[in-house]
Amino acid sequence: MFNDNEIINIKESKKKWESEVVDKAIKRFPERKEKFSTVSDIEVDRLYTPENMENSDYEKDLGYPGKYPYTRGVQPTMYRGRLWTMRQYAGFATAEESNKRYKYLLEQGQTGLSVAFDLPTQIGYDSDHSLSAGEVGKVGVAIDSLKDMEILFNGIPLDKVSTSMTINAPASVLLAMYIAVAEKQGVSQDKLRGTIQNDILKEYIARGTYIFPPEPSMRLITDIFEYCSKNVPKWNTISISGYHIREAGATAIQEVAFTLADGIAYVEAAIETGLDVDDFAPRLSFFFNAHNNLLEEIAKYRAARRIWAKIMKNRFKAKNEKSMKLKFHTQTAGCTLTAQQPDNNIIRVTVQALAAVLGGTQSLHTNSRDEALALPSEESVRIALRTQQVLAYESGVTETIDPLAGSYYIESLTDQIEEEAMKYIEKIDELGGMPQAVEKGYVQKEIQNSSYKYQMEVESNERIVVGVNKFQTEEKHHEDILKVDPEVERLQKEKINKLKSTRNNDEVKKNLANLKKLAKTDENLMPYILSAVKSYATLGEICDVLRSVFGEYEQSVIL
Amino acid sequence: MNLEERLLHGDKRACARVITIMENNQKKAFEIIRNNYHKTGNAYVIGITGPPGSGKSTLTDRLTRELLNRGKKVGIIAIDPTSPFTGGAILGDRIRMNDLSLNENVFIRSMGTRGSLGGLSKAAQGAIKVLDIYGVDYIFVETVGVGQSEIDIVKAADTVLMVMVPNLGDDIQAIKAGIMEIADIFAINKSDIDGADKTQVEIEMNLDLNQGEDYRPPVLKVSARKNEGIGSLVDEIVGHREYLEETGELKKRRKRNTKMEILNLVEEELMEIIFSKMKKESSFDAIIDNVVSRKLDPYTARDNIIKLI
Amino acid sequence: MDMPIRVLVAKPGLDGHDRGAKVIARSLRDAGMEVIYTGLRQTPEQIVAAAIQEDVDVVAMSILSGAHNHLFPKVVNLLKEQGADDILIIGGGVIPEDDIPELKKSGVKAIFTPGTSTKDVVKYIENHIKR
Repeated sequence: MFNDNEIINIKESKKKWESEVVDKAIKRFPERKEKFSTVSDIEVDRLYTPENMENSDYEKDLGYPGKYPYTRGVQPTMYRGRLWTMRQYAGFATAEESNKRYKYLLEQGQTGLSVAFDLPTQIGYDSDHSLSAGEVGKVGVAIDSLKDMEILFNGIPLDKVSTSMTINAPASVLLAMYIAVAEKQGVSQDKLRGTIQNDILKEYIARGTYIFPPEPSMRLITDIFEYCSKNVPKWNTISISGYHIREAGATAIQEVAFTLADGIAYVEAAIETGLDVDDFAPRLSFFFNAHNNLLEEIAKYRAARRIWAKIMKNRFKAKNEKSMKLKFHTQTAGCTLTAQQPDNNIIRVTVQALAAVLGGTQSLHTNSRDEALALPSEESVRIALRTQQVLAYESGVTETIDPLAGSYYIESLTDQIEEEAMKYIEKIDELGGMPQAVEKGYVQKEIQNSSYKYQMEVESNERIVVGVNKFQTEEKHHEDILKVDPEVERLQKEKINKLKSTRNNDEVKKNLANLKKLAKTDENLMPYILSAVKSYATLGEICDVLRSVFGEYEQSVIL
Repeated sequence: MNLEERLLHGDKRACARVITIMENNQKKAFEIIRNNYHKTGNAYVIGITGPPGSGKSTLTDRLTRELLNRGKKVGIIAIDPTSPFTGGAILGDRIRMNDLSLNENVFIRSMGTRGSLGGLSKAAQGAIKVLDIYGVDYIFVETVGVGQSEIDIVKAADTVLMVMVPNLGDDIQAIKAGIMEIADIFAINKSDIDGADKTQVEIEMNLDLNQGEDYRPPVLKVSARKNEGIGSLVDEIVGHREYLEETGELKKRRKRNTKMEILNLVEEELMEIIFSKMKKESSFDAIIDNVVSRKLDPYTARDNIIKLI
Repeated sequence: MDMPIRVLVAKPGLDGHDRGAKVIARSLRDAGMEVIYTGLRQTPEQIVAAAIQEDVDVVAMSILSGAHNHLFPKVVNLLKEQGADDILIIGGGVIPEDDIPELKKSGVKAIFTPGTSTKDVVKYIENHIKR
């Protein structure tokens, strides 16, 4: 971007500045630290100048929004055209209660739904399973059968909202339920918009709600890719998630690298089943974390877009531009929230959300201030949503596209994250791809090392966490904390009992037997799961059938 | 009931506690073993070793299930390395055997190598005796095949099972050098991965070099995760046991191991006595210095030290 | 020879967030303890069986899903039934302060919430185990 002479001059003048101005200043006032680094341990220089962009080529590395390699954004007009989708992840207790919260959020100006399921649902157990005891309705809504799903979306027109569902191992079952509810509303599947998380690899790596071993899990995922490409064309079939990888303690570089390596694994699996890359790749979406380090995060999103575009174009020979565009949802980092002085979390979330917006996110969830204490209260959720609205309507950062581009530091950091992430991706390729790297425990180990290092830095006060290891105050009692009534568990059990005595059990049995038979073949299971769901077979019953054929995953832990 | 009686009644907590005091070298444990040693010898000990990541723990889990199906009671001692810097350890083998925790007829104990010379084999062999008294039929001792003390433990078993995985590459060379000759059975785990056949051929070729021996270790392909080949592997273990019993090899082997054990115990005790005397007189360092500066020769130094006892 | 403190680190319930449990496991090891790590999705029965067979001094549990009021006391009671109430039981995770008094009454000796230094956990264990 600068010619050689200019760079030489700048290098010289910078040296002069350092010796004549900086050195003197440092002698009088030493810098605060010997070494400055980002939260991901990337060293930060005192000053960035055009010399840091020496090798950068504007057209090739940055280009234009909506054009390859999409460093500056995936849409041509970005937020000047349409703001990001404000999507607060919510759900707790029963379908009835969550339905009320969704309607409240839509009234408050939220533009998309994001469903949180409780752990038994995420792991494919009904509320009456012995392992569900104590967990029903706790971290999300309990869904046992289509009956619950009908209540969850009661009065919400599914052709009008887009719905994101955080569901992985049993994603096909919940998607089938969603399709069935829509059908009852008179909405055909081709009109449905939304996303299922459906990203099993990061469950093995970081989040832990797996059910089946990798092989059958990948098959369920590619079944969904194929089914949706034909029947639910507007549905995002997977949300390849770095969020949880980061939450588990990864650095920004690891977040990008491991997420994109997961993406590569899904693309490879789909191509292996005979799908054409451009048939499914446009429906892949991503999900990233927004951590505290503002500039590093912005650079992270930009680097991720550029790497993915290159991978899709060069490695997988995608032809359709849509296949190369990395679209992503962002959630602010739950792990940065502190139980101490919880109101400080509002400020953290603001900085993190700003990073996501400046990084060009397509949708955003902002965490509530009280989430290190319990589930968020209604008031906290509203403040979190208002944070997004202030950024969108008052801050002005939405009026021009990718406003930080060209910053010597941002561009240099973007390059650096790309380079370092590619090293990881190459290492994972060497290990035989992501499933093998996970099996060997390599990825988990890398994340644990980062996480442990970070914790030790906080404990030695090398890293300051406001209110935790500096600026502490006496904590006051926190009022207004949302609690889930243990009664929910009993209610759900009652509902299951009633359902089982009123549905057509012969039909359920027939559908489950059929599913079992076909699970052993390589036929696409989606249509059969859909039939089972429609006959009101429960989530647990369907998953049990699949468990009996596929077996269960055993955790690979290396500490 | 006192601890010993509870142990004899098959109380798991008592068994666990006796292993602890055994591991911590407390007299009470030796007393219990002394009182009951005549009843031991019924448990059959299988050493399981192999490189990290070969799936030893999962395989141990599957073998145990198979033995349970055959009506046996099983003890498992799972050994992981202790950090030489902190003395701490993370013992994570249990993760692969969590479902067995609740089984009436299984007792699982994790152990750290704890560093001190000979300490581990003493602790592990002590635990084996406790489990024997407790009344198990089979004992698995599972450990990574690195480090002399770990190899010593495996050697002390009745049957040594070596777990391999395909595509080990150079690792197989290292293992070959140290530990391959003590294996009685080879199991190639994860045999659904490409390369299992090649690994099998490599091992067989290695075994060909030892022709002339009466017993040739079988090489089996298994998959612990998919639960394939486990029954045959247990059959081979039982077969090896029968072979040892019929040929009188078991007696010989146990005699060899007992001799080693006693020698180790004596050596350890002697060293302890010597070092405690030395510490008092703080003369060991002085002796070494004298030998280094050629004022004294090592043989005279030896005689001087022995005189201390 | 010094007897290392033995600690069972367990994740009862269904939640898969094991960052905290793993960090604790490593710091206890670095403090010279023997840590038996049992991984995710442990039932109270499995935790108690492991604690007994391993003859641990401490059971340390982590829950972030909100199921602590159900699962922590269950582990305490099962240990009591086995006569193993000398084992020190501690817990950690996202636990509302209102729940803490009740958990302590049930027999969980200490609760560590987000932001706790691992050093504090080490110190607490060293000062409170029964030997």
